[in-house]
Amino acid sequence: MQRFSFVLGRLIKGIFVILAIGVLAFFVIRLVPGDPVAVIAGKSGSVDAEYMEALRTRLGLDQPILVQLGIFMKGLVQGDLGQSYRQGAPVMEIILERLPATLLLTLSASAISILLGVMAGALAARRHGTWADSAISTLALIFYATPLFWMGLMAILLFSLVLGWFPAFGMVSSDMRYEGLRHVLDVLHHLVMPMTILGLFYMAVYARLTRASMLEVAEMDFVRTARAKGMTEAYITRRHILRNALLPVITFAGIQAGHLIGGTVLVETVFGWPGIGRLAFDSLLQRDYPVLLGIFIITSVMVVVFNIITDILYTLVDPRIEVTQ
Amino acid sequence: MKLLKYAAAFALTAQIATAQEPQTGGTLRLIAQPEPPMLMLGLNQQGPTQFVAGKIYEGLLRYGPDLSAMPGLAEAWEVSEDGLTYTFDLQDDVTWHDGEPFTSDDVVFSLSEFLPEVHPRARGVLERVKEISAPDDNTVKITLNESFPAFLQSFEVSSTPMIPAHLYRDTDYRANPANDTPVGTGPFKLDEWQRGSFIRLVRNDDYWQDGKPYLDEIVFNIVPDAASRAVAFETGEVDVLRGGDVEYFDVQRLAALPDTEVTNAGWEFLSPIIWVQFNLRNEPMNDPRFRKAVWHAIDRDFIANAIWMGFADPADGPLPANSPYHADNLPAADYDPEKSRALLDEMGLTPDDNGVRVTVRYLSLPYSETYIRMGEYVRQQLREVGIELDVTQTDVGGWAQTLGQWDYDLTMNLLYQYGDPALGVERAYVSSNLVQGSPSANVSGLDNPEIDRLLSEAASATSDEKRKELYQAFQQKVVEEAYFAYLVRVNFPTVYHTRVRNLVDSAIGLNDTMADVWIAR
Repeated sequence: MQRFSFVLGRLIKGIFVILAIGVLAFFVIRLVPGDPVAVIAGKSGSVDAEYMEALRTRLGLDQPILVQLGIFMKGLVQGDLGQSYRQGAPVMEIILERLPATLLLTLSASAISILLGVMAGALAARRHGTWADSAISTLALIFYATPLFWMGLMAILLFSLVLGWFPAFGMVSSDMRYEGLRHVLDVLHHLVMPMTILGLFYMAVYARLTRASMLEVAEMDFVRTARAKGMTEAYITRRHILRNALLPVITFAGIQAGHLIGGTVLVETVFGWPGIGRLAFDSLLQRDYPVLLGIFIITSVMVVVFNIITDILYTLVDPRIEVTQ
Repeated sequence: MKLLKYAAAFALTAQIATAQEPQTGGTLRLIAQPEPPMLMLGLNQQGPTQFVAGKIYEGLLRYGPDLSAMPGLAEAWEVSEDGLTYTFDLQDDVTWHDGEPFTSDDVVFSLSEFLPEVHPRARGVLERVKEISAPDDNTVKITLNESFPAFLQSFEVSSTPMIPAHLYRDTDYRANPANDTPVGTGPFKLDEWQRGSFIRLVRNDDYWQDGKPYLDEIVFNIVPDAASRAVAFETGEVDVLRGGDVEYFDVQRLAALPDTEVTNAGWEFLSPIIWVQFNLRNEPMNDPRFRKAVWHAIDRDFIANAIWMGFADPADGPLPANSPYHADNLPAADYDPEKSRALLDEMGLTPDDNGVRVTVRYLSLPYSETYIRMGEYVRQQLREVGIELDVTQTDVGGWAQTLGQWDYDLTMNLLYQYGDPALGVERAYVSSNLVQGSPSANVSGLDNPEIDRLLSEAASATSDEKRKELYQAFQQKVVEEAYFAYLVRVNFPTVYHTRVRNLVDSAIGLNDTMADVWIAR
């Protein structure tokens, strides 16, 4: 019951956060120099004043800015994100078409980075001071410091061009019409490289975080007690050290959920992955305000949801943390 | 450059050696970048839309590499003695993709109702039309207000695509649901569009040219990164790289791959010219001596060979060398920094302690890496003679707005020619096109009654001789006054695998229908 009211409270707060983000994003986007009408007109070749005027009226850009904000907020409350300037289609439709690709990429990248990162960090902590520890720490530092797009290009050169293991771009083989299981395998084949590249940075973060946290916990009294009681090292590591060391990892995983959308812009661009990171970037270049705003809103919804999930996870990993309003 | 010629010669012999009947079947894999916003060519004429939708829609005429008209949906045409009446005989047995017959009624609807309302470039041309009539199902007769010889160049597919009247008449064109499932007469039909991923077209089995098209499918992959596009060609995942798909410094490397050819044919209709553009309203850009000083400070051969890697020729004036109206005796804007300094001295712009005579704002054009390099080169060259550029970096959206608001001193721009000076060139020079807010109007502020007169008379002159004379005078005038500093005419390279045949056979190159393209196996 307590957990239910906690979630409900967080959801209500989340809705206000999203509305506030809507207002803020509306104005921030309009601070970017560049008039959507000029962008559209610039690509149509010769243009007369009549055309520009008609375009402005059609897009609602002739209204005062507060009226435009009012229209946008009213739509937002009703779950309507408006129409794209560039494609003319409903923004919600455009985003929902692209969201699954991004979710597939980011969630699988999160999963693989947490899994491998925590394993590597735990290994480094247990083998503290050995060559394995140094190797893991060095690799983590390299992955942490190297730009994603550069690593992406290098991966394409090596695994697509030289070795020919993975396709260089896209999410499916566009010239094939795979269905069923063959289609799923095709998507997974395309997923391997972007997922790994996107996951490397966070893998490094989790490895370092887990290692440091485990070394700290290992010095604590209850670990010493456990050891004195004659428990095996493996059991101590699993039940006592790792479990307690995971809390900062969960905190960071919650933050990562928000960051991943940003990271996907580069990875989706390099690998031609049809997700919303790229959609956001294209929309920015085209000054397609409604789509850009829609992506802000959808991603902030996701961040709010991930934060609530993180808080619930805390209580599961460490029952001593009580949910309070 | 040598490499390109070698490749071209090799291509020729390869074609002869393997000359054979076209083979049917196969998938042609291309790249569309950036992704087109829609495929309804009547409502959107951006470059990527033209490229993809050019296989779905057709125009009345096509144009050969020498810009001469060839049959399209019109199999024959006739121009009256006085140049006022154009009669088109349409192809028989043409059907729309939904099975309805294509008739003269569709042509009348497209030219008199649909395009004048939504197509800004077509509207300018169609305003000259007095009457359009359809004497029978296969004939269309168009009467003009006054003679306009360029009219015959205005039936290219992106300029005046034919739109199905039965789907669009008396509807809100922009909101018509048919826009999502484009219906044309072309050799290919839209099959599937996964946004952000690919667009797939399939063969139109009822195409009016028997036995064509040869290909089963065309796939346009959306690959946003230029380096990834180059790799995609190398791994064989795409068959063709269009001009702009990869940076020019990558083309020579790719051209050296086995079974690969390069051509710069297929851009004759658009034939873009790049120039340094002045805001003639501001000082010191309003002084022709300053503009000439800029022109003389830039080495156009260097830009053509080192920045465009040989895929451009120095430009000497507003018309490209392949235009029948190009003047050959224009005063040369040779590379001569001394002359620049002398002109600036004459203006009284003397260097300060740092060697700077004057500082002007330069609005950078960020279309691609190559344009940014051109900007850097121009900045460096102008500094040599004492002109300091205060550079504003923006993205294309910011550039378009700043340019449209006339809030710049110097920038760089590119103009498509559209087959005839009256269609593609005039708009940048005439005072009637001084429209604030639009980046594609006459943004330099050029307002010269003499130029207005020359262009207007040339557009309506009936004899080709007279037109030539007037356009020559126009070119002389513009170059003398140095209203623009012309840099290069671009020949965009197309890189493709040798198994792809008949890829480019008209003045719009890859934008054309691809009905004749086939893949050798």
